[in-house]
This record gives sequence, structure tokens and C-alpha cells, in this order.
Amino acid sequence: MARIWRFGANVNTDQIVPGRYAPYMLKNEDDLRKYPFIEARPEFASTVRPGDLIIAGPNFGCGSSREYAPLALKMVGVGAIIAPLFARIFYRNALNLGIPLFEADLTDQLEDGQEVEFNAETGVIIADGRTIQLPPPPEWMREVWREGGIVPFYRKYRRFPGAASV
Amino acid sequence: MGQTLAEQILSHAAGKPVSAGERIVARVDLAMMHDSISPSIIKILHQELGADQVWDRDRVAVVVDHVAPAATIQTAEHQQALRRWVRQQQITHFFDVGRGISHAVLVEEGLARPGMLILGSDSHSTAYGAVGAFGTGMGSTDMALALATGQTWLRVPETVRILARGRFRPGVGAKDLGLRVARLIGADGAAYQSVEWHGVEELSVSERMTLATLSIELGGEAGIIPPTGPGWEEHAAQRGITVPPWLRVEEGARYSRTVEVDLDTLEPQISVPHSVDNVRDLSELGRVEVDVVYIGTCTNGHANDMAAAARILKGRKVARGVRLLVVPASSEALRQATADGTLATLLEAGATIGTPGCGACIGRHMGVLAPGEVCLFTGNRNFRGRMGSPEAQIYLASPEVAAATAVLGYIAHPAEVIG
Ligand code: SF4
Repeated sequence: MARIWRFGANVNTDQIVPGRYAPYMLKNEDDLRKYPFIEARPEFASTVRPGDLIIAGPNFGCGSSREYAPLALKMVGVGAIIAPLFARIFYRNALNLGIPLFEADLTDQLEDGQEVEFNAETGVIIADGRTIQLPPPPEWMREVWREGGIVPFYRKYRRFPGAASV
Repeated sequence: MGQTLAEQILSHAAGKPVSAGERIVARVDLAMMHDSISPSIIKILHQELGADQVWDRDRVAVVVDHVAPAATIQTAEHQQALRRWVRQQQITHFFDVGRGISHAVLVEEGLARPGMLILGSDSHSTAYGAVGAFGTGMGSTDMALALATGQTWLRVPETVRILARGRFRPGVGAKDLGLRVARLIGADGAAYQSVEWHGVEELSVSERMTLATLSIELGGEAGIIPPTGPGWEEHAAQRGITVPPWLRVEEGARYSRTVEVDLDTLEPQISVPHSVDNVRDLSELGRVEVDVVYIGTCTNGHANDMAAAARILKGRKVARGVRLLVVPASSEALRQATADGTLATLLEAGATIGTPGCGACIGRHMGVLAPGEVCLFTGNRNFRGRMGSPEAQIYLASPEVAAATAVLGYIAHPAEVIG
């Protein structure tokens, strides 16, 4: 089972990981796993379980280009992030790291703390016996997920997803 | 059919005509990385991608600006390793502690030029739109891929056109226009799109940087001001820069929407905690007392910004109990402020001057806020916790409002000070 972590609109990268906790500022990069939502939801980092889902309002991940924001979410095992609109840089960074993102607004369908079943491959959520089908992401994006991120993808294919090299 | 400036630049970078909605692979003209993100880019480049060298040492710019000078042993070690890497890779364009904020430096040096595709390890890389470039921010992995290959992949964005009409009133300027647009279209109003700013030919390149950097606060992928008009010509002439013949505003270019702003009636705008698009007219704001006034950043820390503040501070003193921190965007801005007397005016008023760079903009050093403190900030983000304590309050406004606020101790219209 996956737990739902519900957030509002315009969650910015300073909320996900404040600049003070950048790997640049840390002795040990692995400590980054302690800091996702350190101020916005202080209980998040210590209680999130691998596979849990973040659902949020529009413009998730707005703000800075810090890849350590989605990286911190990946380190604690976030299973997918679902929001009606992602900020562009965050979207790229999360995709590059292989974190599944789905564009859908579930904030008034699911409760914070609710336990659901989730399958990232099919994009199906089962909540209290009710099935929610997420819109399927494009094939080029699934290609990147399958390889576990853009770096393994690029190492394998020597091209960018869905495109030939110039 | 005409093309937007973003379509023209990305067509050039892709080597074929492209239009909004297409996914393309494009050649990168310049890649900027700064101290804060460089360690992770370098790690991905060498350890994960297995590349030994950057694709072109003349097309990479490295700037130490985010924690400059180093504040901790940790940041000092990272900067030491970065300097070693720069030597080993023989990077041509390296700007160390004190030269200033990456975006200001690349524009001043003439490295950022019209028609270029510029990637930066920083979301405010939209700044390069001030000189008619397509500048965009990317994360560490995208930057590392660009450094390894000289290429990137993008979806060609649609474009939101901003149409400013009329003339700014005294004490009102580019910052107020930028915040006004944030108020009109919201923090995601230009998500996945480029922003083109029209009707601002009179603005200097520094003032254009205010608009270009604020473009990301609208969600913009880029924020481009056409490289024309007196402000542009002065910048170009000083640096011998020419505009490529294929880059021009075209009749029939397709915009996803046009947002008009009437400058004749625009008042000073203020963004209240905790989001940039939470904007009102200054006249609608009640009395807000402040602890700190902070003038700086890539948005409003330029020579003209300090001079605008100095005009209001001249012969006056910072209010008791208020700290005025001024962090110039670059050493060049500081040099100019020294030469024209701005610096002396600021110091006489009681300002504290920091090392050119990002300063406390991201809450790491040089003016971090305590819980409960209220800051009037000329920067671009008032997110909770941005400048230090999450219990601090950050208000965004122009340098003129900042100066008036420093004198009176509460957020004030410049006219309250200079009449
Ligand atoms: S001044 Fe602030 S917004 Fe600008 S580059 Fe530095 S940290 Fe980013």
C-alpha cells in the first residue's frame, strides 16, 4: 500500500529542500534524505515509505533549478508525483532522475494519509475499492523510466529520448 | 507565417525551421554553471556519463557567486575543487569570488549575445533574454549532458506576449511592470512558454534583466526582450555586439496570448509573503514595519538600481532599528557606483555593503533573516524560508521603494520621502 501525501498549489523547490540544505552545504551528500519538506512538513522525511505518492495542486516544483529537490524525494523512495501542472525545470529534473510524474488533479479525490494501491506502469490507483486511471504518459517518457533515468538512457542509446542526435 | 523570437533562436540552434510544440535537439551556444550546483554537475559528467572533457572549453562559463566568499569549510572545499577542475579542463571563462552574479557577469562581459541558446544551472538564466538570447535554467543532469555533448533537448515553447503601453511614471519602473504581470497571469501563467516583452525599448539592458529574470517567476522557460531600442544600442556599441540578421520581431508571429499593461497608470507594486504573484498596489498595503531592507540580486542589484536608491537616500539616514544591506550584482556595478558617488551616498545614509554576488538571496550567508523579521527585498522570490528563517516575512519591491522604506522604517512610496 502507498500512503498519500497531499499538498496544495505552487509547491516551490525551497519548500521541497531549502537552499540551506543543498548538498553544497552538507558534509555528507547522503544526508540530503533528511531534508525533503523539512519545514513545510517536518514529519515527512522520517515517516515517508518507499512507494508513497505525492499529490498536489498546480505548478508543483516551481522556483529554482535545484535538482537536489527531486533527488531528495527519490532518495526517500517517493513512488510518483501527481499534479495537474508541473513547473518545467522540476519536470525535467524528475524525469531525468526517473521519478514517475503524472499530470492529473486528484487533490479533491484523495485524502492526506489515505492508503491506496498504485501501479506506476499502468497508472492505476485503487482507493477504497474505487479505480482511478491516470492519463498515460508519452512513450518516450516511459522509455526513460524503464532505463531508470536519463543518464542510463543516454549511456545505452547515445541519443536524447524520442529524437535522433543533431 | 512569422516566428516568435524563441522559435527563431531554436530554429537556428536546431539547424532547421521549428515551431511551437515540436520536440527538438538543439546545439548549445553557451553553458553557465555556478559554485552551488557545479559539484553535482561535475560528478554526473565524469562519474555517471563517463565524459573526460567538456565539449568546448570556450563555451562554458563558470562563476563563483552563490556563496562568495565561502562561508563555511564545506563551501570553501567545494570552491577549491571547482578551481582545480576549471584549471584541469582549461575553461576559458572563469569568474571567481567578487566578480558578481553569473547572469550580470555574462551580460556585462558580452558573452551572452542576441540569438544564442544559453543554458544555465540556475532558474534565473532567463536573464539572458535581456540581450535577446534564449536563456533557460536546467538541473544538474541536463547541464552535465550539455557539457558532454554540446546539445540539449527541448520542446519549442509557445510565447506569451507582454505589451507595455505608455511611459513609466516617476518612481515606477521595470520591477513594477514585472510584478504587475505576475499579478495578472500568476506564477504559472507562462508555464512551458516563452515570454516576449514588448514596448520596453527605452529600458537599459540592466533594467531588461529585471524583466528577464522575473520571467521565470511567471513559469517562463525564457523571457526575451527584442534587442532593439536605445538601451540595447548603448550596450551593443560598447561591446561591438551585432544582432544576427535572422533575429527580429516578425509580423504574423503567433502568440498564445497577449497581456497589455498601461504604464501611464502603473503604481509601485509590492509582492507580499509568501508567493511572488501575491501582488498589490503599494497604496493598498497597510503600514508594514521592517527590520531589514535588502538591495541586490540579479533582478535589482545593478548600478542603476543602486543609483535609483541613492537618489532617494541622498542627505537622509536609514531609520533607527533598520538595517540597509546593499549587495551589488557585480564588481562592475560596484565600480560604477564608486565612480559616480552612489556608493558614498549609500554609506553616508548608513548602508552596509556586501561582496558582489548572490548574498542572502538564498538564505545562506551575508544577511540571513531571523524568525519574525520582516524584510523589504529587491530580489525575485519571497518564498517562505528563502532568505533564512521560515518565520521571516519577505516583501518584494523596486529599489526606489526599498530606499524609501529604509528611510521611514515602514514600507513606503518614494513620494513620501522625496515629495
Ligand atoms: S541573485 Fe538570487 S536569484 Fe539571482 S542568481 Fe543569485 S541566488 Fe539566484
